Order: sequence, then C-alpha cells, then structure tokens
Amino acid sequence: MTARVGIVLFPGSNRDIDAANALVVAGAEPVRLWHESVDLEGVSGILIPGGFAYGDYLRAGVIARFSPVMRAVAEFAGRGGPVLGICNGFQVLAEARLVPGALLRNRGLRFVSRQVAILPDRLDSPFTREVAERRPLRMPVAHGEGCYYADEATLDALEADGSVLWRYANPDGSVAGPDDPGNPNGSLRGIAGVCNAAGNVAGLMPHPETAVEAVLGSDDGLGIIRSLVVSAAEYAATGRVAGTRQPAGGAA
Amino acid sequence: MTAEVPLHIALGLVDVELDAVRAKLGREPNDLELAMFSVMWSEHCSYKSSRPLLRTLPTKGKDVVAGVGEQAGVISIGDGLAVAFKIESHNHPSAVEPYQGAATGVGGILRDVFAMGARPIAVLDALRFGNPEDPRTRHLVDGVVRGVGGYGNCVGVPTVGGELVFDPSYQGNPLVNVMAIGLLEEGMLTRASADGPGNLVVLYGSATGRDGIGGASVLASATFGDQDPSKRPSVQVGDPFAEKLLIEATLELIARQLVVSIQDLGAAGITCATCETADRGGTGMLVDLDAIPRREPGLEPFEVMISESQERMVAIVEPAQWAAVREVCDRWGIASAVIGRVTAEPDVVVLTGPHGDGALGPDGRPVAGAVELARIPAPALASEAIVFDRESRAPARRRQAPAPGSPAEPVAALPVRGQDPGAVLLALLGSPNLSSRRAVFEQYDSHVQANTVDGPGHGAAVLRIKGTSKALVATTDGNAPVGQLDPWLGAALSVAEAARNVSITGARPLGVTNCLNYGDPTRPEAFWALAEGVRGLADACVALGLPVTGGNVSLYNEAPGSAIAPTPEIGIVGLLDDVATRVGPAFRGDASAVLLAGRATPGLAGSEYARLAGAAPQDDPPSIDLDLEARLQAFVREAIARGLVESCQDVSAGGLAVALAEMCVWGGRGARLRLGVGDSPAVALFGESPSRLVMEALPRHAPALELLARHHGIVTELLGTTGGPRLVIELAGEGATGAAEERGSRIADALEVAVEDLRHAWDHGLPRALGWEDEAADGAGGAALPGLEVAG
Repeated sequence: MTARVGIVLFPGSNRDIDAANALVVAGAEPVRLWHESVDLEGVSGILIPGGFAYGDYLRAGVIARFSPVMRAVAEFAGRGGPVLGICNGFQVLAEARLVPGALLRNRGLRFVSRQVAILPDRLDSPFTREVAERRPLRMPVAHGEGCYYADEATLDALEADGSVLWRYANPDGSVAGPDDPGNPNGSLRGIAGVCNAAGNVAGLMPHPETAVEAVLGSDDGLGIIRSLVVSAAEYAATGRVAGTRQPAGGAA
Repeated sequence: MTAEVPLHIALGLVDVELDAVRAKLGREPNDLELAMFSVMWSEHCSYKSSRPLLRTLPTKGKDVVAGVGEQAGVISIGDGLAVAFKIESHNHPSAVEPYQGAATGVGGILRDVFAMGARPIAVLDALRFGNPEDPRTRHLVDGVVRGVGGYGNCVGVPTVGGELVFDPSYQGNPLVNVMAIGLLEEGMLTRASADGPGNLVVLYGSATGRDGIGGASVLASATFGDQDPSKRPSVQVGDPFAEKLLIEATLELIARQLVVSIQDLGAAGITCATCETADRGGTGMLVDLDAIPRREPGLEPFEVMISESQERMVAIVEPAQWAAVREVCDRWGIASAVIGRVTAEPDVVVLTGPHGDGALGPDGRPVAGAVELARIPAPALASEAIVFDRESRAPARRRQAPAPGSPAEPVAALPVRGQDPGAVLLALLGSPNLSSRRAVFEQYDSHVQANTVDGPGHGAAVLRIKGTSKALVATTDGNAPVGQLDPWLGAALSVAEAARNVSITGARPLGVTNCLNYGDPTRPEAFWALAEGVRGLADACVALGLPVTGGNVSLYNEAPGSAIAPTPEIGIVGLLDDVATRVGPAFRGDASAVLLAGRATPGLAGSEYARLAGAAPQDDPPSIDLDLEARLQAFVREAIARGLVESCQDVSAGGLAVALAEMCVWGGRGARLRLGVGDSPAVALFGESPSRLVMEALPRHAPALELLARHHGIVTELLGTTGGPRLVIELAGEGATGAAEERGSRIADALEVAVEDLRHAWDHGLPRALGWEDEAADGAGGAALPGLEVAG
C-alpha cells in the first residue's frame, strides 16, 4: 500500500521539489496541498517543506501559520497524524506552536549552506524508526534563521521527555554545542530537531529530503523520510502511530 | 543650469543619434519618443558598438534550437529535453548599491531563462573586485554576496559555481556577472515574438514604479516635470518572493499553452519588451498607458515606459485565452492587465485616454478622444537600431609599466636560490585569488531542487537530470590578467579553460554564453581590446567546435583614473551522458599513478605567481595552440569514457604546483612526484601555460592512458604516485633553486609540504584577506611571498 503524503505548498516554498523527489524515492505518493485550501485530500502524513513561505518578510514562518492549510494541518496533528516540518517548515511549525521552541537568526548572522552531520537521539520515534543506527547522518543545511532556542527549563524538560530527536554532531561524532565546529548556527545543546509532547509532530533544520540518493553526495536522509512514510502508512491503516502519546490537542 | 543642456544630450544621445532618430521618424521626435530611443539605443539594448563584431562569432550548431537574439540560448540534450542558459552583467548597479545590484542581476537573468519555458535549475556568479583589504571593496563584496544569496536562496535556485577574483583594475568598477541555467522539455520552448494581430498584450507581475529609470537617470534633473526630489530615480529593488511566484505562473502558462509568447522586462522596461517582441513578430502594438498597473500615483508617461521595476513579464495572449491566463495569475497572487493589442502595422504606439482612464476600447481600437503620445516603427528601436563603426587602435605600449619600486627582472628567475618552493606554494594557495571560496559560497544555497552532484568549490558544477542518467556540467571562467596584456589571448584562454573544466569531468561542452566586460568603446584603444577579445572568442570557439548561443556586452567599465582589465567572462554548459562516469579533481586513492598531460611553455606574465611576486614580468604571457587544446580535450573525454581516469585537474591559475596541491587537499592524501623543470623551476611549478592536465590513473591503466595520449598527439610525463601525508615534488633539471644543487646533485631541490599545511593555507586565505576571521588564529599562508628577495 503506497502511503499518500501531503506536501504543503505556500507561495515561496521551494524545497517542494526536493520533498516530492524524496517521497518518491522512499516509496510514497506525494500530494501537493495548496496553502489556500483546508482540504488535505485524504493524506495520512504531511511534510512541510523548506523555502521562504510568503517571502518570510516579517519573520520566518510567521505569516504561513495563519494560512487556511495550517488550520487543517493543526487539526490533523491534533488527531495524531504524523507531520514533519523541514527548515522553513520547522519554522512554520514553531511559529504555529505545534512544536516547542523558536528558531533565531544564525549566530554568525549569515546564511549558512553546508554539509552537516546530525545524530538521532532515539530511534523509536515516528521520524527516526527507519534509521538503522545511531550514527551521524550527513545532509545539507541551508538557512539564515536556524538557531534553536528555548529557555533552560524547557530544554531540560524536552530532554527528559525524549522530545529532542536530532543534534548536530562534530567530526569526531560528539554532540556539537553552540560554539563547536559541527554546529552551523549556534543552536542550544546542539539541537537540530525536536518533536511535540505527543510525538507525532516534528521539525528539523537540516535537509534529509535533499540527501536521499548517493549521487547527491549522501543518502543518509532517506531513513528519516522513510520513517515519515512508514508512520503515514501506519496512521492510514490504524489511525495512530507507534511511539506517540495520546494527543492533547496537538500542542506541545 | 541643466535646463541649458539639450534633452537628447541629457538622455545620453549624441547629435548624430538625434539626426538618425529624425531620419527614422521622418520628423522631430517628441520628448517621450526621445526617451524611448535613448534607452533602446543604449549599448546595453542596442549593441550599437559591438554588433558588427558579434556578427563574426560562430553561432551554428546542430543541437542549437534557439540562439543569439533570443532571451537565452537553448541547446537540445536528447530525451526531448533542452538546456537554456545565458550570462549577463549587472556591474554598474552593483557598484552603486551592491546588495540590490547583485540581487536584481540574479533576478534578471533568471527571467531570461524561464521566459523561454525553462525551469531555472542553477545560478553561477562571476565576481570581480579590487583590493580585498580595502574597506570599500569589503563593503562591495559583502553586499554583492548577500545580494546573490538573498535572491537565489529565496527563489529556490541553487548557486552552484562561479568565480571571485581580486585585481586592482576593478577597484572603482566591480564586475557582477551572473549566469543562469534552465531545463525544459523541448515542447515548452517559447519565443518572444508578438505574432497575430489582434492578440492581447498582457503585463503581469509586479506593479510599475519609479525605480530604475536606468539609462536615462539624468531625466529627473532635466527638463521633465518639476524638480520634486521624490521623483529622483532609484536603483531597482528585487523581490525574490515575487519572482518565485512569477516562475511558477509563467511555467504554468506555457505548459498549458495559454500564451503565444513571453518576454521578461529588464533594461528599458515596457519599451524594450513591446518593441522587441513586435519587431521579432514583424508586427506593431498599441500600448494603453493608462492600463499599466502603477505602484504610485503621478508617474510621467516616460517613467512608465522606461521604468525598470523588477519581476514583470509581458505575454502575448489570444483573446479567447485571457480569462484562463488571468485565473493562473490570480491563483499565484500576481497582478495582470491587458495593456495593449498586437497590430499588423509595425509601429509601437503609446496612447492615453481622454481622461487618463483607458485608451483602448473592448474591441482593441483607440477610444474617441484617445491621445497618441508616441509612435515609433518597432524595428527602429530594435533590430534596426543605430550601429557605430568605432575606431580601433592598438595601444603603442602593450606591456604594463613596472609598478614603482618593483623589480625589472624577468620573474622566470624566481624562486631565487635558497627560496623554498614549498613556501611559495603555501603563499599562492593562501592568496586571495587561489584560496578556498568557501566563506562566500556557504552563504548560497547550493543544493535546493535536489540535483547538485558537485556544487561550488572544486571545479565545474555537476547537476544530475532527474529521470535520466545524464548530468549537466557548468562553469564560468575569465582570464583578465592575460587579457590586459593581450586581449585576443585573454579571450581565447578563457574559452579554452572553461571548455577544459567541463571536459575534465568527462562531459562534452555544448555551447558558450559570454559576458564581455570592456571599457569605453569611443576610446580607440578600448575598442581595440573589445575587437581583439571578440576575435579571440571566435577563434577559440571555432577551434573547439562550440557555438556561441548568446550573452551580453558591458562597456564603459571605467572609473575615474582607471579602466578594468578587459574581462571576457565565458560560461559553458556541457553534457555528461552517464553521471556515474564523472571524474572529479580530488585524488581518489593511494598508490595511483600521477601523469602530466601537455607540456609547459615559457612565460609568467599574467600569472598569479607574478602577481604575488610583485614583479612586472617583461616576458610575454604563454600563448595557446588552439588545435592542441582541442586534441587535449578530446583525449581527456575519451580517456574518461574508457574508464582510465581516477581524477583529473587542469593546470590554470597558480600553475601545476597549485593544481597538484588542490588534488591533494581535496583528496585528503599526498603524493610523491618528480618533475623535470628545465632551466626554470618557476615556469614548471607556477607557470600558467594552458593545455595541460594532471591525471590520476590506476597503475594498471597508466600504459593505456599514455598510449591514448600519444594517439591524440599529446605528450605525457609520469610524475609519480599518490599517497602519504605530504606533497613531495623533486625537481630535476639544471634550474637551480637551492642547496642540494650546490652539493653537486642533479636534483635541484624538492618541494615538500604537509597536506595539512596546504589545507590550512587554502582554507583560511580568503576570510583572512576579507577580514572575516580573527587574524591571530593561525600562521600558515598569507598574501605575500614569505622572505622573497629577487635575484641580482
């Protein structure tokens, strides 16, 4: 059974091409969801791709969260459906309070585009279940506002909760703190991606969807995309996803 | 006082041009018509100085489906696909306002590509600035880099390559050349031709404002209107978000066959888009000035007609399709308006309604009381624009005068006895022009769209084509230092190097786009340099079998007291039939054989080595044998196709030693080599004579590779093997550089540097030169030759 996974298309989304390619490589059927529509067309998983939704003119993701499609996405998330936001998609989810924390301007104040390595914190989440082992995964980042921030108490709670899914890694495989060479943007505690308390909504800044074929330099991102696809298929079949908690309205 | 200047002079037209305008019209032009002529007869739009030269370029090729004269060149690549590409300059806007100048440069060249029906898949930016330590240069570099990134990143087109070169000649006049590449199904190919009288002229995209009253920037202070400072023109401002929507809407309009033709609006705005499309279609147009959406009230007719507001397109639409076109634009949130009609009579006519509320009725005819503001035959503004036969004169003195205090000796004597060639290599690798460009290209998204196989940093960019085994290979190259000494040679070398950079991946170069950056064509010496440059471009393209499919000419690149080195910027796109066969420039394994194909020829003038030595070379720059170059490239392509090559790098800036060092740094391994240096180690190690390659081959393949080279008439030299933590080059020959020779050894000396030290110098050179990193951080490398003293 091919999972149908929606790709939310805002005006200004631009990694939708990468996302669609990755979903096809991962064996899913990509379905483009237009920002003005609340109809999710029966998809059982959602990917919010990178880009500059609505131009990101005020602050990344801040306008997109008010779009009709995001109302539908929030409802879908509230029912326990798997949602993954990548890069700008992560920023949109954070602005919409569907995942915890905020994404600030990169510490170096410049756009950063480079290969990074990220280390999955756990392999039993809906977005890492198909990742074979806890080793650094190579994939690109490309963003200007990717510095993950939350207050210390929240960070402690996220870690205790298992809500930190990925962290930047140094070349030696250790977690890359804000000042380390493996951390491209100064993210606190090296956090590259998190999920909500229920575990069914996640966001990350790096681009697994651009690292799904060896010809592109790395296929380390495929496990993450495949995890989304497997979770979407499971959600379609059973109405829930293993490893998630009973949703509490979708909010963190 | 400005009121005393005749309007045509204020607009930048000379007296003979005014006479030519009168002859074309058979009467006196009015002010609006004069403004339209002034922008269309600019060098940028009319090629009035360069057109006779450009006619000499080879433009034919069996796979060329759209060439010179179209918005971008288009070449078929099989499987029903084609590649569209073009390079264009945005030098002067970038010198004034670097961020917006560069950003709108990216936006403009992207529109040229998607207007042809191609989805833009890559951008390359070729940038040239003055001294990197100068605060003004740093301001320009920072702004231009942020502008290229700010636009390209947002619009979702990866920046995959380009150049960044520093030379004092660009101190007052930086160069910002941007190349865009698009991919299309051949059925999508769309030309900008206004066919079918009665069809609608539709303007869509952003509204028209007062920004970029370009070639006519003097207008605001001339006799037009009042002296309200709010009417001052400004630099064009880019909106990549609007462009992204424009791309999607345009490609949808073309895919659904809703439009007859499309042209983007760039220089000279609506005037250019209307007269060029009409001219190509052999038609004319009625333009309803009142129907053009404005960003602000109170625009004068001339401002509307020549505004260079960004992110706008003109489509020619059959009336029956207008509703569908409008629906597409609405859905993408883009304004659209019918602003005119195509007519059989070949005049562009600008009209306004009796109350400024619409000049054309529903039937497309002027309403009663409509006023004709301008009427110009379309060809007079476009294909039959004025052409000048400029005076050309070779400068009496072709060689640079030595800089004050600089040595007069030939640089071939360097490095001097006792000088460690390893230290010279480290200095070169860490120099502003040869060190890693990472600090810049990390600010560009180079991966979006999931096609990037090889991005910026290591030679030509490689982009796979989804759904096929093929890949496109793209590069830009321009050799200005040699061009300054010999403009024919500079242009020929630029073409050869760009093609070589494509060939050494295994790809077949398809065609050439060029951006010719030269000086004031009314100066006979500057025009001579342009003419020689075009001749070199043509000769090299003929020799290498490459069609020129388009490009751009940027003249008047002069600042007070200085003119730029003649800079022909060459963009080449190549095709790799199987991306899996591609070869990169990094050493791939230990114990491989390292071969040099081709032989060094004397001459250090124009080299990075000469630049760092601070010496004014008295010798000639090494010339090029174009027939040899063609054979060398055929050889390397065949060698790669036969699977004989592990890695390959050409010898260019910095010479053989830098090429080898790069292969070591990128491959993370050293090599142990022995090089015959004849009587000049400097020429052998650091000379930049063309038509040479370093090739890595498995030992069992080396004999076949050498045999194949001989078959192509290429000499080879087995240098040694890869491996180990250091690059070691023993120098063999009578050229004496060090102590070993004094011990009576025939080995003059050895270059020996740890790969880690090479990497360090290469990594840190650029950020240090630009002040982007803490200077105290490290010691290796630098911008001057350490301890260099000149012999004698």
